[in-house]
Amino acid sequence: MDSGNMAWVLISAALVLFMIPGLAFFYGGMDRSRNVLNMLMMNFYCVLIIPILWVVIGYSLAQTPFDNSFIGGFDSFFLKDITAAGDGMSLATIAFLGMFAAITPALISGAVADRMKFSAWAIFVPIWFLLVYVPIFKWVYGGWLGQRGSIDFAGGTAIHVNAGIAALAAVMVLGKRRTAPSPPHSMPLVMIGTGILWFGWFGFNAGSALAANGQAAQAFMNTFLAGAAGGLVWILIEWLRDGHPTNLGAASGIVAGLVAITPGAGYVSGPAPILIGLIAGAICCYAVRLKNKFGYDDALDVVGVHFVGGLVGSLLIGFFANPTFFEGSFDEGIFYGGGAGLLIEQAIANGAAIVWSFVLTYGIMVVLKKTIGVRVSPETESTGLDLAEHGETAYHGAQ
Amino acid sequence: MQLITAIVKPFKLDDVKDALKAAGIQGITVSEVRGFGRQGGHTETYRGAEYKIDFVPKVRLEIVVDNSEVDRVVEAIKAAATTGKIGDGKIWVTNVDRIIRIRTGEEGSDAI
Amino acid sequence: MKLITAIVKPFKLDDVKDALKAVGVQGITVSEVRGFGRQGGHSETYRGAEYKIDFVPKVRLELVVEDSGVDAAIAAIKASANTGKIGDGKIWVSTVERLVRIRTGEEGPDAI
Repeated sequence: MDSGNMAWVLISAALVLFMIPGLAFFYGGMDRSRNVLNMLMMNFYCVLIIPILWVVIGYSLAQTPFDNSFIGGFDSFFLKDITAAGDGMSLATIAFLGMFAAITPALISGAVADRMKFSAWAIFVPIWFLLVYVPIFKWVYGGWLGQRGSIDFAGGTAIHVNAGIAALAAVMVLGKRRTAPSPPHSMPLVMIGTGILWFGWFGFNAGSALAANGQAAQAFMNTFLAGAAGGLVWILIEWLRDGHPTNLGAASGIVAGLVAITPGAGYVSGPAPILIGLIAGAICCYAVRLKNKFGYDDALDVVGVHFVGGLVGSLLIGFFANPTFFEGSFDEGIFYGGGAGLLIEQAIANGAAIVWSFVLTYGIMVVLKKTIGVRVSPETESTGLDLAEHGETAYHGAQ
Repeated sequence: MQLITAIVKPFKLDDVKDALKAAGIQGITVSEVRGFGRQGGHTETYRGAEYKIDFVPKVRLEIVVDNSEVDRVVEAIKAAATTGKIGDGKIWVTNVDRIIRIRTGEEGSDAI
Repeated sequence: MKLITAIVKPFKLDDVKDALKAVGVQGITVSEVRGFGRQGGHSETYRGAEYKIDFVPKVRLELVVEDSGVDAAIAAIKASANTGKIGDGKIWVSTVERLVRIRTGEEGPDAI
């Protein structure tokens, strides 16, 4: 293949990998100082286990054989069907997709913060990856949901909606924290994490064109604009509603905008990314309060930002998809001459992902709870997970 | 007047503060300190090398009260800070000769 | 000898230090503390959830002086730390039984 395309996909893969420490800092800064290392480890653990599982069996079940609509087979077990480096595009694509597989379970860590036993997380991640991530990925990319006509450019349904609803199921089994929620222990860490996430997101979205072409350039532009619009609207709402524009508000809005543009990054253009960022930022700014109303303890707002942002962005494709601009083969959105067909397919795809992810995640968590247990002891919860679970402390002499 | 100094477990600070508030205490000074006591520290292993962390994070509270209030305040701290496990901390009381509120210059009980 | 402990507003630390130097105080120990008092705290809103921050940042100064120097030191702190607003802090004085300079082993007023 073209060396320019190859270079872009490889660089994009590395950019997506960098999002994992970004996410770890984003969450870690929001967490309490005595649990920050546990949060970093929950994230980094995903990039230890998932790349191996992805190459051993994940990719095979997620993508091969390509004519199966529900789950792949064993044709690519240990990548055995790749017998020569060739032009490298298969390898580059598999590596790129492996990064997505690694960051998806990491998203859930923010919800279970401050109380989940690390041993339970260590088992949860690979099982969740195989039973939840892999089938949904297959359904969305080449499987029955994609065949029906729904579209998901870089993982709104397959990644953010999926991980977001899984986070809800996980905390419903896990239960609330015993200790009162605390304000972020390090806002500078949150902002560094946000910057890294945004930087990496250019690879996540623009790399998903799998080529250095016009669609990649528009996805790049969309990633730029939606993040900005999401952050802007969030701080404006805070300013008017709560009196101050906060750094955490800016960070949350940027991430909400980026989540929302992810499914449509290669399908929308013009003012759409700004509108999608504004709409998603505003909705998520209110959605993060739902946990107080409904009483689920989603510690760092994975549901409010990733589930809600991903769902909003995915449904908005039904309005903003513009195949003419991309010379693409997908349906038009309502604002570009299409009917409600695409919107309905987007709703069906997300509905299917939500049901599968919620039910399976709930089931996995219940089994873990009844076998090895999912919660740390009350004492560990009070004195901190860093020392009890990892034998390390982030800040010596302080707590 | 007496100065009550208490060393307690950091995660008990909110409970102690609430108990003192309930007891009508208007002012507390809190600092983050480290303690070396019977609780002992812990060992952290980095790249195979063991580091003994002898000092345990603690919180120090200082409260100046009238003599008549001492017993009540000590009881409130005791009840709120106890977990029954080693390392719950200590409380000591010392005599204060003089106390001044900086803003008004008031002295003695009025300055508490 | 007396131990003077003062809790003041952090931004007043330099003024207080200069004022104490001017009255001949040679040594001060300073620590960053948090205070809970009449000044009250503030609340911070993160993602629409309000967190009450009860404790206000303060600075604690500790100095040991001869009995004859107590009034001058207190006057210096009072004058330099006063803003007239609630939360200016407190000064208290307690008796020191013994004082030792570690380097020389000198004791009493010589060790100040």
